[in-house]
Amino acid sequence: MIEIENVHKSFGALEVLKGIDLTVEKGEVVSVIGGSGSGKSTLLTCINGLEPINTGRIVVDGTEVHAASTDLNRLRRKIGIVFQQFNAFPHLTVLENVTLALRKVLGKSRGEAEEIAARQLGHVGLGDKLKVYPGRLSGGQQQRMAIARALAMSPDYILFDEVTSALDPQLVGEVLDTLKLLAEEGMTMICVTHEMNFARDVSHRVAFFHKGVMAEIGAPDQIFGAPERPETREFLSNVR
Amino acid sequence: MFDTSLTLNDVWFMLKGAGVTLAVTAFAVTGGTVLGLLFGVIRSQVRPWITLPLIFVLDIFRSVPLLIQLILANALQAIAGFQISPFVTSCIVLALYTSAYCTEIVRGAIEAVPKVTRRAARSLGMTWGQDMTQIVFPMALRVGLPSWIGLTLGVMKDSALILWLGLIELLRASQILVTRLQEPMFILLVAGAIYFALSFPIARFGAHLERRWQEND
Repeated sequence: MIEIENVHKSFGALEVLKGIDLTVEKGEVVSVIGGSGSGKSTLLTCINGLEPINTGRIVVDGTEVHAASTDLNRLRRKIGIVFQQFNAFPHLTVLENVTLALRKVLGKSRGEAEEIAARQLGHVGLGDKLKVYPGRLSGGQQQRMAIARALAMSPDYILFDEVTSALDPQLVGEVLDTLKLLAEEGMTMICVTHEMNFARDVSHRVAFFHKGVMAEIGAPDQIFGAPERPETREFLSNVR
Repeated sequence: MFDTSLTLNDVWFMLKGAGVTLAVTAFAVTGGTVLGLLFGVIRSQVRPWITLPLIFVLDIFRSVPLLIQLILANALQAIAGFQISPFVTSCIVLALYTSAYCTEIVRGAIEAVPKVTRRAARSLGMTWGQDMTQIVFPMALRVGLPSWIGLTLGVMKDSALILWLGLIELLRASQILVTRLQEPMFILLVAGAIYFALSFPIARFGAHLERRWQEND
């Protein structure tokens, strides 16, 4: 369970998160929607401790992320994250991209790591690209590789930060299909996304962020069908 | 034109000079690269105001003409009574000079690695050190290598200035022969050819690595 309690976060004088409260249960898929600069991506990088927070707390399975005593490297093993772009390690093959952390972080043997990596890469449809370098992959394939790399660590949670936003339109579908597959398998996911159809079809709950505040959260039918807040209505009428 | 009084012995004299050039360059580039790596990592990872003294000192090595640095260093060590040989003094000064340029190459190359890629590494549970050795250095090497090759070739040519400390490297050896034989054109042609022969393998090696890495992109 991820518990986010009254989290405030500023970059210099700019306050990007103004008191966020959100609890994500095991097995839940939560989509976060909202305009640029609403703080949605920042929240993800706070959850796995890549960014410090000013006040409030984030607790993952009973461990407070920003406590001084928390071993972040250990905690991050159970929280995968996939970014919008630049996920790939360009000097390593697709297979090595996935095996690196298995070997260096989890201490698995080369053979064991390669077996896990090949399985996960097959799972996202890259079974025939193991020896290829990421530069030879399409944007969509690179994103799927990053998903396989996160999955290979057997995380309990995966955070997706606008993973389709930098892709050509015709490549969005293959990545969203992979996310759907994970959701169906019961992975706990927080997806920051601009894909409204995906948010509606796949999520258990949808959160709407507006200017650093979580303006509204609810079931997809409610958020998309009968939004309560005027900001939500305005945002949805603009993206449609 | 090829009617010359340059003997095989004279060529051997020049090659011995080339050996000194090569030795000084090797020590300077090795030492300068080790220091440059260290300073470059510090420059890219630590807040600028903490590194101000380092930046200031390195700026001096980059701004003051190498010839002045060599002569001053040699004079100062003599006054201080260190009794360091001109060869060692030359190596130290050239290494510091190299490190000042290498620091900026390393810093630039490290900063060229996308922040997100480093975050991706850290988010997999890799430590700062693992991120540096497994992700940042290999990626930065591809960015910084061409500049580093250029620096190495530059230092090799700049090393001619150590003749002012009385060392007989390639250029000084050529000068001595020119004075004796009065054949400046031909002797300098030979000297240039030797410099080229020293530089060429280094340049080719760099190009080879770059080509190999490009095949992966």
